[in-house]
Amino acid sequence: MSAIVEIRGVEKRFGAIRALGPVNLSLQPGERLGLIGPNGSGKTTLINCLSGLFAANAGTIVFEGRDITQEPAHVRARMGIARSFQIPRPFTGMSVIENLLVPMDYLPIEAGAREGRAMEILSSVGLAGRRDAPAEALSQLELRKLELARALVIEPKVLVADEAMAGLSEGEINDVLALLMRLNERGVAIIMIEHIMHAVMRFSQRVVCLETGRIIAEGLPQAVAQDKHVQKVYFGERAGR
Amino acid sequence: MSWRNFLLVALLVAAAGMVLPRVLENPYYFFAGYVVLQYVVIATGWNILGGYAGYTNFGTSAFFGAGVYTAAFLIKAFEAPLLVQVLAAAGIGMLLGLVTGYLTLRIQGVYFAIATVALVVVLETVVHNSDYLGGASGLTTIAPPAPAWFAGPTQYVFCVMLVLALVAVGIARAIEHSWVGRSLRAIRASEPAAEACGVPTLRMKLAACAISGGVIAMAGAPYPYYASHVDPLSAFSLTIGLNALAMPLIGGTRSWIGPVLGAVLLASVQQITTVTISSEFNILAVGLMLIAFVVLAPEGILGLVAELRERVGRRRATT
Ligand SMILES: Nc1ncnc2c1ncn2[C@@H]1O[C@H](COP(=O)(O)OP(=O)(O)OP(=O)(O)O)[C@@H](O)[C@H]1O
Ligand SMILES: [Mg+2]
Repeated sequence: MSAIVEIRGVEKRFGAIRALGPVNLSLQPGERLGLIGPNGSGKTTLINCLSGLFAANAGTIVFEGRDITQEPAHVRARMGIARSFQIPRPFTGMSVIENLLVPMDYLPIEAGAREGRAMEILSSVGLAGRRDAPAEALSQLELRKLELARALVIEPKVLVADEAMAGLSEGEINDVLALLMRLNERGVAIIMIEHIMHAVMRFSQRVVCLETGRIIAEGLPQAVAQDKHVQKVYFGERAGR
Repeated sequence: MSWRNFLLVALLVAAAGMVLPRVLENPYYFFAGYVVLQYVVIATGWNILGGYAGYTNFGTSAFFGAGVYTAAFLIKAFEAPLLVQVLAAAGIGMLLGLVTGYLTLRIQGVYFAIATVALVVVLETVVHNSDYLGGASGLTTIAPPAPAWFAGPTQYVFCVMLVLALVAVGIARAIEHSWVGRSLRAIRASEPAAEACGVPTLRMKLAACAISGGVIAMAGAPYPYYASHVDPLSAFSLTIGLNALAMPLIGGTRSWIGPVLGAVLLASVQQITTVTISSEFNILAVGLMLIAFVVLAPEGILGLVAELRERVGRRRATT
């Protein structure tokens, strides 16, 4: 099967500092990929390059066989690359449901069908009861759910969840995991960036570990977890806290 | 308010404006009322970019001045009718907004604000050095006589500005209630998130900037007719830039009614103090009011009203 996303030699520099790369990574359609690495290792930067918020300084990104390196973020979103933000970025000044209508304005959905679609998605993340609440009034958990809901609206082929479970309780983590699993069953490829190890390990079919902008290990979750280098930079740091 | 009610109110206001010159004798009211209405247009135009999209324009007077001088040029060169002046000014304002936006809006944040200030200086300098436009001392613009219905040119230009105000408010309201307004609100909240949701942020910002610039320039077009004389100092006056941002902030930037309230309130106070105290006092009054609102009611009058409603609602719920 050919990859849905191919990242080839992608680099991102901030001034003199190379925050990412060169990175080579491919994602299969419908795959569940875990992306781990210590703080500042470049996970979010990689996702920003993939979703188009950052222009990569080098390399190419291919989506469904098409070179999208030069495409702006909104075009990539409409092609089916969705992402949630590590720090929730709700559309304040709008209700919860209107937050979901923003992406719908750019999709070929009949006007009459929009609210129904939005409500379906809100129900699936457990926000149906908050449909008319102003975005400012949401709790941290609700904001994370809204992030996911807004990403789901575009019916993505690839979804990147950037620490969607940070700060959640065990029960809430299970809810989000179940939601992502259901999505995946419908064929959506998912990249999960997460510091909560047991969640990534349970969820992922394959895990990639970044350190200082480079991939240092890649493979089955158990194999990566046992990798010496990974344990040193990642679990070592974690254990040391 | 539904579109039907909005149009009904707009028509009533327009009709009242047309009848007013027949009822009210003293032309001074129209002289002062013109300024209030002019600020309704300016504040409404400013808010399309500054309020809805959250991009602060400090250089409103550049757009206003461009409108003034477009009209003055058309009077001098072609004796063009007022309607042509207004349309041309709106076109120039849109173009100016598009160019300024294209040069600065690709970068987020303060660069746009800084560039707008620079734009005032650039345009004012251009006019200063243009002999055709009268340079520093300005240009006398002899207006053609008003249509017979109106008691005089002041009454006529007042009614023209009233129509422009209704058009401006209609445009702002249409944007606010459409997907365009929703995208602009998304941009105001978070540009990266808007992009990630498929919103072409640059294009939307450019559109907002162009429409905003067009509306503000439109407000300047009848000025040569109104004042019979234009000069760079009053056309590019900093007072306009200050008022343009103070009025929406005081009224509330989230809805079209905010800038209208702010403009009517602030401009009326200014017209009264100009007569009773002095025109220098104006700037001080605006400054003080602005500070008071920023500190005490950052969401403006609209925010205060919403808060009050909520409190009353809660009290009702508990008793
Ligand atoms: N916009 C930016 N400007 C400058 N430097 C940046 C920017 N974004 C990220 N960096 C730097 O790039 C490096 C990688 O950051 P990144 O956010 O990708 O890490 P991360 O793996 O997502 O970390 P975390 O687990 O803390 O979220 C860091 O050194 C960070 O300081
Ligand atoms: Mg990160």
